Amino acid sequence: MAYSDKTRQAFVDDIGEIKKKGIFKEKRFICSPQGAAISVEYPEGSPRQEVLNFCANNYLGLSSHADVIKAAHEGLDSRGYGMSSVRFICGTQDIHRELQDKMSGFLGMEDTLLFPSCMDANAGVFEAILEPEDVIIADRLIHASLVDGIRLCSAQYDTFKHMNMKHLEKKLELHQDKRHRLIVTDGVFSMDGDLCPLDELCELAEKYDAMVLVDESHASGFIGRTGRGTHEHFDVMDKVDIITTTFGKALGGASGGCVSGRKELVELCRQKARPYLFSNSMAPPIVAGSIKVIEVLSKTTERRDKLEVNTQRFREGMTSAGLNIRPGVTPIVPVMLYNAKLANDMARDMYDEGIYVIGFFFPVVAAGAARIRVQLSAAHEIEHIDKCVAAFAKVGEKYGIIGMDKKAIIDKYGM
Amino acid sequence: MDEMKDAVLEYVIDEYVDEDDDMDVGFDTALISSGIVDSFSMVSLKVFLEKKYNITLSDGEATPEAFDTVTSIVELVNKHLG
Repeated sequence: MAYSDKTRQAFVDDIGEIKKKGIFKEKRFICSPQGAAISVEYPEGSPRQEVLNFCANNYLGLSSHADVIKAAHEGLDSRGYGMSSVRFICGTQDIHRELQDKMSGFLGMEDTLLFPSCMDANAGVFEAILEPEDVIIADRLIHASLVDGIRLCSAQYDTFKHMNMKHLEKKLELHQDKRHRLIVTDGVFSMDGDLCPLDELCELAEKYDAMVLVDESHASGFIGRTGRGTHEHFDVMDKVDIITTTFGKALGGASGGCVSGRKELVELCRQKARPYLFSNSMAPPIVAGSIKVIEVLSKTTERRDKLEVNTQRFREGMTSAGLNIRPGVTPIVPVMLYNAKLANDMARDMYDEGIYVIGFFFPVVAAGAARIRVQLSAAHEIEHIDKCVAAFAKVGEKYGIIGMDKKAIIDKYGM
Repeated sequence: MDEMKDAVLEYVIDEYVDEDDDMDVGFDTALISSGIVDSFSMVSLKVFLEKKYNITLSDGEATPEAFDTVTSIVELVNKHLG
C-alpha cells in the first residue's frame, strides 16, 4: 500500500492546520432546486431547514426557471446527455454554434468560443494570445481564475491598485516598450460589488495602445440598461476587446463559460487554449438551456429591472436599519463587520433566523475587511428582502453594532 | 544600507498603499502576512529590486517570507550585492 499511515497522517495534519486557521469550509447540502427559498441540511446530518437564500449567484432567478428547464429537457431529448469528446474532435453540435452566435450578438462581440467553465476560459485565454514579449497589466483584485490564467501564461505581468486609473496609467507608461499590452479587470468585483470604471479604463487603453479584457461573470445579464454588462453600463461596448463570462451565475446558473471578442483572438483560443482543447464540451442540455436564457433576456429586461428594484430596496433598508454596508449599485452588498469571528457568528445567527448568508474574511478578502456578502436576486420578493433586513437588524442589535461606523465596530471587536 | 531601506520603503508605500489609507508602514511592518502585498502583486516589487540594484532574484529566493518586511528584503538584496 502506497498510502501509508505516515502519509495519511501528513494530510490529516494539513487539514488540521486549515481548521486551526479558522478557514475550514463546512459541508452544506441543499435539498431543493436553487431559488429564493431553499431547503438546507446544515450542519451535516441536521434536520432540513427552510431558509431564504441570499448567497447564490442566481441574480436573475433563472436557475429553476420553467422555460429554461423545458429547453434543457428538449436539448436532452434531441441532442443527448453528453458529447464524450472535446470540442475539436467530435464534440461540437449545431447548438454549440447557435449558443456562440447568440452570445456574440448579446455581448456585441465579433465571435465567441464556449469553454467548460469561465474558470477554464480564464485559464486558457492568456496563453493562447500572448507571448513573452507582451505584458498583462491587471487590477489587484481580479478573480482568482484570472490570476491562475495569467500565471500559466508566458507573458510578463504587472498589477495596478484596485480601480486606480492613475496607477494604471503609470504602469501603461512603464510598459510602452512591450510588444502588446493587455489590461485585465473584472467588470463587477465579486467581493465588494464595485463596478470597474470601464469608460476611463478604455480611454487609457486607447491612449497607450493596450487591449482590454473584462471578466463579466458578475455582470452579464443584469448590468447595463439591457443587461449586456459593464461595457453597456459605461457605454464602451465597442471598446472592450475580450469578455470572459459564465453561464453558471445569472445566465441560468448551470455551468459553462466563454471567451467573446475580436475574431482573431477568439480564433487563437480555438487553436491554442488548452482547457478548450483538452476538456469536454458543454453538455447538450446545458447548451440548450443557455440558448433559452439568452432568448429570454433578449426579449425583455423585466428580470434585470426587478433585480434593480430589489437591490435598491435592500440597500435602503439596510442603511435605514443602521447596518454598515459598502455603498454601490450592484446586487452584491457587503455588510461590513471587519472582524472575522463577528462575521462568522452573525452569519450563523442569521441562519437561525431563516436567512442563508456567509461570512467572508482573510485571505478571501483583505485582512481586517471581514464581511457578510449578501447577493440579491430577481427571484426574491419584497417580503423576502424585508425579512432579511429585519433579521440583520435583530442580529445586529444582539451584537451591538447598529448605527456603528467602521471605527466603532473595530474599537468594539478588533480587526 | 539605510539608503537602500529608505528607497525600498518609499517604493512599497507608493506602490501598495492607497493615498487615502492612513496605514503606517515602516521597515519592519509585515507586508505579505498582513495582506498589504499579496503573492500576485509581489511581482512589481521583484522587478523594481532587480532593475534598481541590477540583480536577478530566482523564484526560490523571492518568497513571501523573504519579502515580508523591508528589512528582510534589504537583507536579500545585500546578499546579491555581496
